[in-house]
Amino acid sequence: MTFELLCFYFFGTVAVVAALSVISVKNSVVAALCLVLTFFSMACVWLLAQAEFLGVALALVYVGAVMVLFLFVVMMLDVDFAPLREGFVRFLPVGVLVAVVMLVEMLMMIGVRTLQTPPSEDPAMLAGMSNLEWLGYTLFRDFILPFEIAALILTVGLIAAVTLNERKRSHTKLQNPSRQVMVKREDRVRLVKMAAEKKGEAAP
Amino acid sequence: MIDAMRESLLAYGNTGLVAWVVLKILVIAVPVIIAVAMFVYWERKVIGWMHVRMGPNQIGPFGLLQAFADVFKLLFKEIIQPSSANKFLFVLAPLIALVPSFAAWSLVPFDAGLVLADVNVGLLLLLALTSLGVYGIILAGWSSNSRYAMLGAMRAAAQTISYEIPMGFALVSVMIMTGSLNLTEIVMAQAGSKGFLDWYWLPLLPMFVIYFISGVAETNRAPFDMAEGESEIVAGFHVEYSGSAFAIFFLAEYANMILIAFLATVLFMGGWLSPLQGWITADVAWVDWIWKGGWQWTFIKAFLFSFFYLWFRATFPRYRYDQIMRLGWKVFIPITIVWVVVAACLKYFGLVTIGA
Amino acid sequence: MNRVFNYLKSLLLLELLAGMWLTMRYMFKPKYTMRYPEEHIPKSNRFRGLHALRRYPNGEERCIACKLCEAVCPALAITIDSEMRSDGTRRTTRYEIDLFKCIFCGFCEESCPVDSIVETHLHEYHFEKRGQNVVNKIQLLAIGDRYEGEIAAARAQDAAFR
Repeated sequence: MTFELLCFYFFGTVAVVAALSVISVKNSVVAALCLVLTFFSMACVWLLAQAEFLGVALALVYVGAVMVLFLFVVMMLDVDFAPLREGFVRFLPVGVLVAVVMLVEMLMMIGVRTLQTPPSEDPAMLAGMSNLEWLGYTLFRDFILPFEIAALILTVGLIAAVTLNERKRSHTKLQNPSRQVMVKREDRVRLVKMAAEKKGEAAP
Repeated sequence: MIDAMRESLLAYGNTGLVAWVVLKILVIAVPVIIAVAMFVYWERKVIGWMHVRMGPNQIGPFGLLQAFADVFKLLFKEIIQPSSANKFLFVLAPLIALVPSFAAWSLVPFDAGLVLADVNVGLLLLLALTSLGVYGIILAGWSSNSRYAMLGAMRAAAQTISYEIPMGFALVSVMIMTGSLNLTEIVMAQAGSKGFLDWYWLPLLPMFVIYFISGVAETNRAPFDMAEGESEIVAGFHVEYSGSAFAIFFLAEYANMILIAFLATVLFMGGWLSPLQGWITADVAWVDWIWKGGWQWTFIKAFLFSFFYLWFRATFPRYRYDQIMRLGWKVFIPITIVWVVVAACLKYFGLVTIGA
Repeated sequence: MNRVFNYLKSLLLLELLAGMWLTMRYMFKPKYTMRYPEEHIPKSNRFRGLHALRRYPNGEERCIACKLCEAVCPALAITIDSEMRSDGTRRTTRYEIDLFKCIFCGFCEESCPVDSIVETHLHEYHFEKRGQNVVNKIQLLAIGDRYEGEIAAARAQDAAFR
């Protein structure tokens, strides 16, 4: 058993256990942390498979950014999870069914792919460049149009989410930091030159 | 000598290999810890001078041992656990803060070939590791079961996420210029014959400034230290921490600061390259690193950048939360997006020379 | 136009750089710090520190138990008991100052008709046990005996203004 295989089994086990605990632990924050652990172990597995860019990107995007926001939201929530869990046993068959269907679909997809194309050499190795370069060339040369369309769709989704969320609230006291930053002394204070009053003279 | 040591260790088979790796890690980690201790002393000294005070001057010559005295004090203190804290996460949080900040050090190239892990995706890995540090802060804030700590954690999370984006864009512009994610290659791409004008700070000046400011924000240092915010939320995420747990947070924060200083050096200031490169080509023993470049330059530049941290802290008052968000989202991100395009144009039309 | 100018100004970080230049200049200024245990600032001869009871040069204690200091003390820190000594003079049997109550206003010294109770220049003293804050007559006289030279010198310097 090589060291790589040992590492693979370790990370794989951690990923599976963490994924199971995501749906089984009581505390939602701990569940989110387990999800982080799952992502991280999967990133390690990908690194082992020499997909270093994908692995690091997973760690960067999901662990570094998405899950932080997720934790942010989960911590802010003050939800009593007991009523949400009440139907767990009742809906368990449905959940298991969905999971099984998804598993079968995935197996079929992978199986069909492996049947169709015999496992070829690593395309990056064939092209004689690093994994990363090959990914870049593929994305930005061969598949530039789908890539750009995907980016456009994401941008549209982003803008839509913002506009849907933006409603005019009354009775809010908003500060505008940009305007506050731009304020200068001249806008606030006016120094007035006045003649000194002398004793004995009546004030005008 | 180093090769001989390596050979003698590797002769023992796998155990020797592990010992060799551990030795290499220690060679990085121990100096980092000592550097942190001295940096704390230097910080107190510099801030003292800027406040027209003297700073620590009692323990050891010129107060040099002050930091070690503080460390011993912290180590001997009791770790107090709030009774309603989440015990496991409370203990785990400082370690989670510490690990990424030390792991990232393995990627820093000090000289040509003098790097622990010469990773191809080094830059991305760095970004990933620095963004992991925030978990320690969030968990510390949440597990302490204190409102102040919670507020600090929330602020830290929002701030780190916001400033990762301009930081990432700044790194992207460096990647565009170099065409590689390997840190050694990034430094070598800044070699040339025009001295310090060959480095990336010149074509990427706005990016360089934004990178460093985002780095300050990313490490939660003044003036972006509202995760701690002594004046409004006591000490933020580590209110409830004491003793060695607090010391670990401290260590992680300062290791991160020095790391950012090193990264600014490597990415924008030519790493170990000399500012006089290409101007002098004499061969003189001992001193020719001054114009040929060497690890000394990395350390000199990193020292200057870490000094900027202290300078900022002594100069600027703390930002307000909404001002920080405005700066990140409305100022930095637009500028960086524009400059990524500019950098791409510079590279595409060959307006900058890459490599010697 | 003004707006563009403002944007340029903020983008070039001019104000921030000016602030940093200021702190940089302060970094090299001579420091104000006085390293206290090793250095002392000059002390006025009117400094009001720890109390003392003085004696006449012949060894007779000055205090005549008139209790003016006890009366004038705004913090009620002084307690005096008195009796007639065998030679027929009135003397204190008890003269105590609670230094926790004392506010070091110097009224006792001002009120004393015989310059007996004085406040010395001593300010570095400490108590190790509860109760030591109340200094009695023996202690006060001992302080006076020990520092008589300095007390007298300070009084002599200030005499012209009294």
